[in-house]
Amino acid sequence: MPPFLYIFLGALAIVSALGVIVQRNPIHSLLALIATLMTVAVLFIGEDAVVVGFLQIIVYAGAIMVLFLFVIWLLNLQVETGPTGHLALKLFGSLTAALLATELFFILAPPHLQVKFTHEPVGYGSLASLAGKLFTDYLVAFEVTSVLLLAAVVGSVALARRLPGTDDPRAARKTAS
Amino acid sequence: MSPFNLAAINFVWLPILPLVVVTVAAMAVLLAGVRVDDSESEGLGLLTLASLAVAFVFTLGILGQYGVAFAGAISVDSFSAFFELVILIAAMFTVMMSLDYAAENRIPGAEYYSLLLFSVLGMMLMAAAGDLIVIFLGLETMSITVYVLAGIMRRNAKSNEAAIKYFLLGAFSTGFLLYGIALVYGATGTIKLGPIHDALASGAMGSNPLLLAGIGMMVIGFGFKVAAVPFHMWAPDVYEGAPTPVTAFMAVGVKLAAFAAFIRVFMVDFASVGAHWQTVLWVIAALTMTGGNLIAVVQTNIKRMLAYSAIAHAGYLLLGMAAGVRSGPAILYYLLGYTFTNLGAFSVVIALERRGEAGNQISDFRGLAARQPLLAGAMAIFLLSLTGVPPMAGFVGKFYIFSEALHQGYVGLVIIAVLNSVVSAYYYFYVLVAMYMQEGGVEVERLSARPALVAAVGLAALATILIGVYPQPYIASAANAFHSASGAEGSHSAALEP
Amino acid sequence: MIPLTYMMSLSAIIFAIGVAGVIIRRNILVMFMSIELMLNAVNLAFIAIGSRLGSMDGQVIVFFVMTVAAAEAAVGLGIIISIFRNRETVHADDLTLMRW
Repeated sequence: MPPFLYIFLGALAIVSALGVIVQRNPIHSLLALIATLMTVAVLFIGEDAVVVGFLQIIVYAGAIMVLFLFVIWLLNLQVETGPTGHLALKLFGSLTAALLATELFFILAPPHLQVKFTHEPVGYGSLASLAGKLFTDYLVAFEVTSVLLLAAVVGSVALARRLPGTDDPRAARKTAS
Repeated sequence: MSPFNLAAINFVWLPILPLVVVTVAAMAVLLAGVRVDDSESEGLGLLTLASLAVAFVFTLGILGQYGVAFAGAISVDSFSAFFELVILIAAMFTVMMSLDYAAENRIPGAEYYSLLLFSVLGMMLMAAAGDLIVIFLGLETMSITVYVLAGIMRRNAKSNEAAIKYFLLGAFSTGFLLYGIALVYGATGTIKLGPIHDALASGAMGSNPLLLAGIGMMVIGFGFKVAAVPFHMWAPDVYEGAPTPVTAFMAVGVKLAAFAAFIRVFMVDFASVGAHWQTVLWVIAALTMTGGNLIAVVQTNIKRMLAYSAIAHAGYLLLGMAAGVRSGPAILYYLLGYTFTNLGAFSVVIALERRGEAGNQISDFRGLAARQPLLAGAMAIFLLSLTGVPPMAGFVGKFYIFSEALHQGYVGLVIIAVLNSVVSAYYYFYVLVAMYMQEGGVEVERLSARPALVAAVGLAALATILIGVYPQPYIASAANAFHSASGAEGSHSAALEP
Repeated sequence: MIPLTYMMSLSAIIFAIGVAGVIIRRNILVMFMSIELMLNAVNLAFIAIGSRLGSMDGQVIVFFVMTVAAAEAAVGLGIIISIFRNRETVHADDLTLMRW
């Protein structure tokens, strides 16, 4: 990946990540999040993680974010008006984040960052190499994810399905008023 | 060359048989519950109980085996067997408490019991994990299902609130844990526990800042899960709002699983860099004990009081971790006693509860001894054990951990812990005084119609006394379990023969 | 190849922004989105480290993290819907039934 591309993508990722947390309209936050995910996906591909990069776009930015969008529309969330929280909290949040980033910067500076550099083998990041790992070294983990997804489905149905014998409380409230 | 080297996986079924049983049972309960009305879910509960018992028997079969399975993803040793057995016991008690509770409160039975089983699966995976990714996936399987269980009483606003608070802080902490895993992966070049152990033990890492930052992030991640101060703020609200059997499950099961992974990763694999993280745990342990006990004093709701008490007990366990490898067996023994004591205490809380709120205030315990002497007696046993009065399990556990810490020279921390125990006596005895010396409170209705709950109270009381009076075999098995973890990973290359 | 320090620094910045978002924002949905930012920062770190180490482990982990994120999103949004039905709010400051 050429350096100018990294600088461009990095700047885009940071700006859109900031967009997520400063927008007052949840839809705008979500769009900024999708932009971040897309940018990060391109960075993945630049790092030879081609399959994962595409999965990030298709599954993460595509499917999961649409779920968010669906919920925002279902709940009919509007632009937040009024106070957005205590100033003290904002200060605390920004300070924590700044501290965290500074600390990580210090740790990640070149003299400290000691990673055994190894050249990537042929076919690195390909579907075959990913699948090879998934079905040998990570077989148990892979099977567990299937159970995890089943549990998540059962869980979300348990929470969101309409209760038998009751009306929607909102409808009940409307008729009462 | 094919990338699929099937011979390297080394399939051995026996170690994961309990996990398979639990998974299959979860699906069976789900299918069996399709046509079961919410108010008649006892049958599903009994099915769950039976399958947990089967898993328990299969887990006994792992005892005495050492090695790794599935290309290092699963550690097979007495450590995982010990924690799996205790987790299964905790789950069985939870089911016994839930039988009537779920039906009375019209909790959807099929979903409730299958999620409980999925959660048990996650916990057992955390105990048996052989690499960091299995720990992470186990943690998520456990957490995601417990988020739902906390909010499963959907019409109850408090239950809703508990679910969302637990979810947000749980997901937040997951981020930290993952970042920690990423940094450890960067520093050591692997996420398998055995190779990490070897890489650190070789001393080549020294004090690589990348590794230290990773360890720090993992402390934050696990700190949230075991509810250590200052990462505890979710615990009281979640414990209060969740349905009481789920609260018991969280206070015991989640804590067991989190400590299982925490202990395995830190006291076994990161043991050779212990100097770096033990100081951090020293501070967290002191804060956790003190914070938990001081805030527990002012509580009026018994579930909140037990939540802060659970925080304080996590502090004593962290004290053991801070004191180093030698106190490992003591921590395991303490967890065993804590399991029965806490499960028992929550069963009594459920016995006093009627349709939601009533019975959750400490004032509701007034005069219990006059109306229900046996129930009050059992509660007294649990409270004394939590305080650490001989001859209960809690006393031996505390004594064991404190004396090991003293041997290691952690005098300051032990003094803080003893002072804390004195403070804790105040709020535990407050409930005792309410039960035996005051009048009023709520009527306990038809206890005879709830045999499972009564059995849970009785068994927990018996176990609390037995483990305390006759601790040697339990201490021996705790020591055996802890040492098997360090031993098995010292020679991690020994893959089990299929 | 871009130096690892740069990739890791980018990941650290995004992670910190996510942490700040969780602390600052009071809208539950936006807090959840900030958590997704944190997870993405972690993914970036895994990919960057993995490609320097020449091991596929990093990519496999990212694959699992995506799965977990999907499961978490399903359950989390289910919880948010269930709380909205009862309380008509997604504001964290309104959730004050229980206080110490």
